[in-house]
Amino acid sequence: MELFFQQLLNGLTVGGVYSLVALGLTLVYGILHVPNFAHGAFYMTGAFAGYYLMTAFGLNYWIAMAGAAVVVAVIAMLAERLVFHPLRHAPELHDMIAAIGIMLFLEAGTQALFGADFHRMPTPYGQVVEVFGLTAPLQRLLIIAGAFGLMVLLHLFLNHTVLGSTIVAMAQNRDGAALVGIDATRVTLLVFAISGALAAIAAVLYAPINLVYPSMGNLVITKAFVIIILGGMGSFPGAIVGGLIIGMAESFGGFYFSTDYKDIIAFVLLVVILSFRPQGLFTPKGARG
Amino acid sequence: MKLLQGKTGWMLLALAALAFPLLAQNNYLISVATQAFIMAIAALGLNLITGYTGQFNLAHGAFMAVGAYTVGILTVDHQVPFWIAFLLAGVVTAVAGFFVGILSLRLKGHYFSIFTLCVSYIMYLLIEKWESLTHGTVGIMGVPAPTGVGPVQFGTPLSQYYLVLAFLALGIWIMSRIVNSLLGRSFMAVRNSDELAEALGIDLMRTKTLSFVLSVVYAGFAGALYAGQVRFLGPDLASEVVTFDLVMFVLVGGIGTLLGPLVGTALVTWLTQGLQFLQDYRMVVFGPVLIALIIFLPDGIVGTWLNGRARRADTTRGKPHA
Amino acid sequence: MLEIIDLTKLFFGLTAVDHVSTRFERGQVSAIIGPNGAGKTTFFNLIAGTHRPSSGRILFNGQDVTGLRPDHVARLGIARTFQTTHLFDNATIIDNLIVGHRLRTRSGLWDVLVNTKRLQQEERTCRDKAMEALDFVGLAHISHRMAGDITQEERKRVAFALALATDPELLLLDEPAGGINPEETVGLAALIRKLVDHGKTVCLIEHKMDMIMRLADKIVVLNNGTKIAEGTPAEIRRDPQVIDAYLGVDHAAV
Repeated sequence: MELFFQQLLNGLTVGGVYSLVALGLTLVYGILHVPNFAHGAFYMTGAFAGYYLMTAFGLNYWIAMAGAAVVVAVIAMLAERLVFHPLRHAPELHDMIAAIGIMLFLEAGTQALFGADFHRMPTPYGQVVEVFGLTAPLQRLLIIAGAFGLMVLLHLFLNHTVLGSTIVAMAQNRDGAALVGIDATRVTLLVFAISGALAAIAAVLYAPINLVYPSMGNLVITKAFVIIILGGMGSFPGAIVGGLIIGMAESFGGFYFSTDYKDIIAFVLLVVILSFRPQGLFTPKGARG
Repeated sequence: MKLLQGKTGWMLLALAALAFPLLAQNNYLISVATQAFIMAIAALGLNLITGYTGQFNLAHGAFMAVGAYTVGILTVDHQVPFWIAFLLAGVVTAVAGFFVGILSLRLKGHYFSIFTLCVSYIMYLLIEKWESLTHGTVGIMGVPAPTGVGPVQFGTPLSQYYLVLAFLALGIWIMSRIVNSLLGRSFMAVRNSDELAEALGIDLMRTKTLSFVLSVVYAGFAGALYAGQVRFLGPDLASEVVTFDLVMFVLVGGIGTLLGPLVGTALVTWLTQGLQFLQDYRMVVFGPVLIALIIFLPDGIVGTWLNGRARRADTTRGKPHA
Repeated sequence: MLEIIDLTKLFFGLTAVDHVSTRFERGQVSAIIGPNGAGKTTFFNLIAGTHRPSSGRILFNGQDVTGLRPDHVARLGIARTFQTTHLFDNATIIDNLIVGHRLRTRSGLWDVLVNTKRLQQEERTCRDKAMEALDFVGLAHISHRMAGDITQEERKRVAFALALATDPELLLLDEPAGGINPEETVGLAALIRKLVDHGKTVCLIEHKMDMIMRLADKIVVLNNGTKIAEGTPAEIRRDPQVIDAYLGVDHAAV
């Protein structure tokens, strides 16, 4: 039972992180209709920013997290202005290549600044607590709380504020939104900023129980893609559900089958599902392919 | 410029390639050039599926690894003669490409690219973890050089240079036959628009799969040649960085042109070799260069030149509309 | 020659085409009209194979072609154009058209690698057909212009030529006169007449009433997915339901 609980906790932890990352990705996809291959690099940059703020300036974990979110939000907005905006009328292929360019730049730059080694992010929450008579690492509980808390906030923002509704409107119908006076530039920048912040927060949440290194974003981003393909590009609930499913599958699969191959689970799932349903599992409202 | 066109142009290139080792007189440079030729073969393949057929295959580099490892495993672990392993590399890659193709090509646009990115990761992970087959992170060492044919031996850098050059020439010739034919036109129709191509009676899956398989076979043979030249293989060969390198080569030279991948590979290799600064900070510069290229010079060097030439040829014929 | 029986298409509960039945006679110009969202393009998509009908049947020359793939339908002799034509802007017009006849050729990879006689012959044929089609639509003089440098009207003609190159019996034209001025529209209508005079059957979707009224032998009116009227231009003009739904007060006097 204890073991099962551990795996469950693990699944929720990893799933929560994946969901946050996938949410950022799906938000951008909803607006831009381009898969942002650089999103994993945003995630990684967030982790390093947080790490740097904590180790070089001795900042508190949560402040460092906020700082990281700001840093990546700015980087994301820059990416939108300098790279994606000029390419808005270009063929899909060009957007994808440009995103790869951003990813390479961020990874290489980080490596140039911090080296290729693994770093350990110090955590103030290393202790273990008791929950309902079962032991659980505090950091994991924090991740779960943080991730799901953030998702709730995001949901409230998108559905219950004016600004949030404009984002949803734009995602569903860009031209229509422009017609009713929604400033596409502002909204796009905002979405990128939020997307970057989500990635950064996810990274800083997860980093203490993982390691920080320049290529940490690669695997995460590919899984995030799997999630939003399965859950539906542009679908908010899809990203969350998908993230949890993958998280759980990896946790239980890794434990009961093989830890070596657990990373493959997400991809195998993708291959299997897309073979039967090339359009993904869900089609978001306002379905546009 | 006129001198560089058509058959004369290719002849000149061939001459330059043949003469290069004699001019370079340096085994290191010759090896670098040989490696560039190998990458050029792979780049030709990528150009077929992405440039001519419009499907951005992010697993292309991984198929190079498939070819390389086929040769490595067969020659080192099973003492299969090099050239037999070489041929099998092509077969294995084609079969793998066929199955990946029929799975992935039903997806359009982004989905396809993402899917292939995932396939690439699966391949990398498999190579890294399946130690009993691939030796895992230790890699495969001591891959034999290509066995001699008759009196000709392929142990030296010089001989390998000409061997690979011969394969490159063959690859270019085949590619030119493909892209200039009705088959090539079918590929380009698919690239233009799936819908339109279908309305013109083109069988999408069949056409795309054919292009995909042909393209990865190029990668597979390039990988096989790589195995015989570098003679050591590691999982990094299947890393997505290889694909990104190839994308850069094709983009610089000109996506969707025959000469493009060749020019691109040569130029980028030469630049990174020649400029030490670029070598140290290669990866940092890579990204922004890629972005700048795709924004400002999306058709690459050869592509932009060809477009300009076609436009110039055109206005001498008819009068442009107001 | 084209018989539509009770054709229906549902998209997630929305009925785009609702039990439509009609027939298009050989050698005629038939037009599909209706307000935006009436289901006209979906109707074409069902015939051309882009979408699979939810129910109903489509018979082409007596053969059941319901739910066949678009490339199969094209090979059977039904060509179609789209509202926007995707040409390869960086190639000449003639270059764009050569692939149009590809579906009638049989050369495969082997032919290409070995350069068989069959391939050489078929490539010649494709080129000839392309030139023929270009000539038919009156654009032979700009065969070597870059496809990216032509006007909208010329683009529409090239789209016709592309469809023609497939050697079809029936042409489905989706808004062939979209985005061109009245003078050019007359020219395009004449071209469509020419197609029919040369033995083709044409079915088009259009919004330009003048063009339709003068050109069509038969009109089918769709509204919200259902067929609300069908007949000659004169009959349609008088039909109160049509006037109500679509033509509006301005045209009541026509």
